[in-house]
Amino acid sequence: MSTALFVSSATVAVEGRKLIDAVDLRLESGTVTAVIGPNGAGKSTLLAVAAGQLRPTSGTVHLGSRESHKVPAAEAARRRAVMPQDSGVAFAFTVREVVEMGRTPWRKVRSDHAAAVDDALELTGLTALAERDITTLSGGERQRAALARVIAQATPVAEGSVILLDEPTSAMDVAHAEATLGLMRTLASRGAAVGVVLHDLDAAASYADSLVLLQHGRVRASGRVSSVCDAEVLSQVYGTPVEVLDVAGRLRVGPVRPARAA
Amino acid sequence: MTAAQDTAPAQEKPEQEAVPDGAGAGSGRASASAGRTARSPRRSRRGLRAGIAAAVLTAALLVVVLISASLGQFSTTPAQVLESIGRVLFGGADPIDNRVDAALWTIRFPRTLLALLVGACLAVAGTVMQGLFANPLAEPSIIGVSSGASVGACIAIVFGFSATAPWTLPAGAFAGALVITGVVWALSRSGGRAVVLTLVLTGIAINAVAGAATSFLVFMGDTSSREQIIFWQMGTLSGATWEGVGVTAVVFALGLIGCLALRSRLDVLALGDRSAAASGIDVEKLRVVAILLVCFMTGVAVAFAGVIAFVGLIVPHALRLIVGPSHRYLVPLSALGGAVLLGLADIAARTVIPFGDLPVGIFTALVGGPLFLVLLRRTLKRPGAAA
Repeated sequence: MSTALFVSSATVAVEGRKLIDAVDLRLESGTVTAVIGPNGAGKSTLLAVAAGQLRPTSGTVHLGSRESHKVPAAEAARRRAVMPQDSGVAFAFTVREVVEMGRTPWRKVRSDHAAAVDDALELTGLTALAERDITTLSGGERQRAALARVIAQATPVAEGSVILLDEPTSAMDVAHAEATLGLMRTLASRGAAVGVVLHDLDAAASYADSLVLLQHGRVRASGRVSSVCDAEVLSQVYGTPVEVLDVAGRLRVGPVRPARAA
Repeated sequence: MTAAQDTAPAQEKPEQEAVPDGAGAGSGRASASAGRTARSPRRSRRGLRAGIAAAVLTAALLVVVLISASLGQFSTTPAQVLESIGRVLFGGADPIDNRVDAALWTIRFPRTLLALLVGACLAVAGTVMQGLFANPLAEPSIIGVSSGASVGACIAIVFGFSATAPWTLPAGAFAGALVITGVVWALSRSGGRAVVLTLVLTGIAINAVAGAATSFLVFMGDTSSREQIIFWQMGTLSGATWEGVGVTAVVFALGLIGCLALRSRLDVLALGDRSAAASGIDVEKLRVVAILLVCFMTGVAVAFAGVIAFVGLIVPHALRLIVGPSHRYLVPLSALGGAVLLGLADIAARTVIPFGDLPVGIFTALVGGPLFLVLLRRTLKRPGAAA
């Protein structure tokens, strides 16, 4: 197992306020790492730093063995694909055209674009919507199109590939959310290092190999799922009772909900 | 939404591909069923539409040239125009030897060609601008090109430079366009990056200042220079010369080549700056290069034809409805579309009032204003479009 992306002691300060403070994030090839934490904890900031979209005020980001900002843009994009929170597209491109945009960094080095795009469409269940105008799709469908674009960009997945997803399932229905989370595991099994911001604690506990729990811009806990999923710590961080149950050997994590008469 | 239900079964439905295209047509879902085939019918349909649009616009362009050259105080027929072209271009005849040739080659052809080139410049610049800002309502004027050109032109007119040396008017306008665009660009950068919103807001502020400077110059000027400024600001092609045509043609050709080189990258900007950057595009560099191209193309157009509004707004928008938003088709087609539109507007400007030469900007604004409102309302209604 090797480190595909390493954010080391990153601090991002805006007008004196630290959005993240000396945060480490290590993404290993073949694994899924979920970043969790309450609103405003710095999850998206950390992901933007990892994505190379935001230069940290201090600290470093390594993509493979090199510093991220020293890797030429196209080469960096071949190794690292990023799905943003906002999946809006300004013009009426078809879904296929949007997914094809994911092939941009590969234009000069490969020619198997059609196959990569078809695969990405199929993996996200968008084959039937491929020729639809993306601006007419629902939020969840657009999110899947953004995911398909990211998969097309990450193809071929190889050792060292990094895939970053910022709340990829936030607008999806249960079936597509589960399919997306499963897809993350598939990509990891092909060798990618997946970093994902998730709000759903149970999804994070079920699908990730390791967790990074952020609070007020700092890492409150990180490591294996079982070590981070501590009911007391999670309850304190989120400010609401959170329970961690062992159901037949699998952790179920979520808020404690009131009992009601059926 | 029924589309959502369509997708779930699609995952394990490769056998659908064997269904002939015609089967789905009767159900009113032709596009969805055609989409399941391995090829990309929408893409090729857009390609086909682009081909048809290119053919239609090229034909329209030739017709516009013939009509435009035939109309005027000295009336000629299209056949005479063709004869004259053959005589001078291929026969090597000197145009001043005969009255038909003289009228055509010294007045009408330069004017017609200038109209086509200016229209093409404005439309391509508008297309690139809209792609660059990922906003269908963007226009080159927001970055200060037109207001800067106005200041430069007013200086040339009011201080009397243009009376002694006519070339100082386009030169002043062009320089003004470059300077004001440069100022907007410099002031909208913070931390080494220019964000779209900051650029637009800075543009508004600088445009206001440039507008005040123009007004002040008009106030300072005498009656004849005021009149000249007013006509220049309405946009007119009446002063067309071969020199102007030559300069515009060179700038247009270089600008078009540059814009064609950028077009696939412009598509990706529709995803937003961050996603475009994550796709391996140097967004900042792309923006600098594209704004320079827009500034040169719009600057040269404004310099020789004055302020002609809305061509850069309407043409890309109308074409997008026909061939889709891909700049692969949009950039070359907008050159043709802009040329045809301004060619037609110029014909109208010359013929609506007998023996009167109306400023061509009146026609483009007359069509453009209402169309802009329609576009605005359509954009507001669209739920999926990024802000």
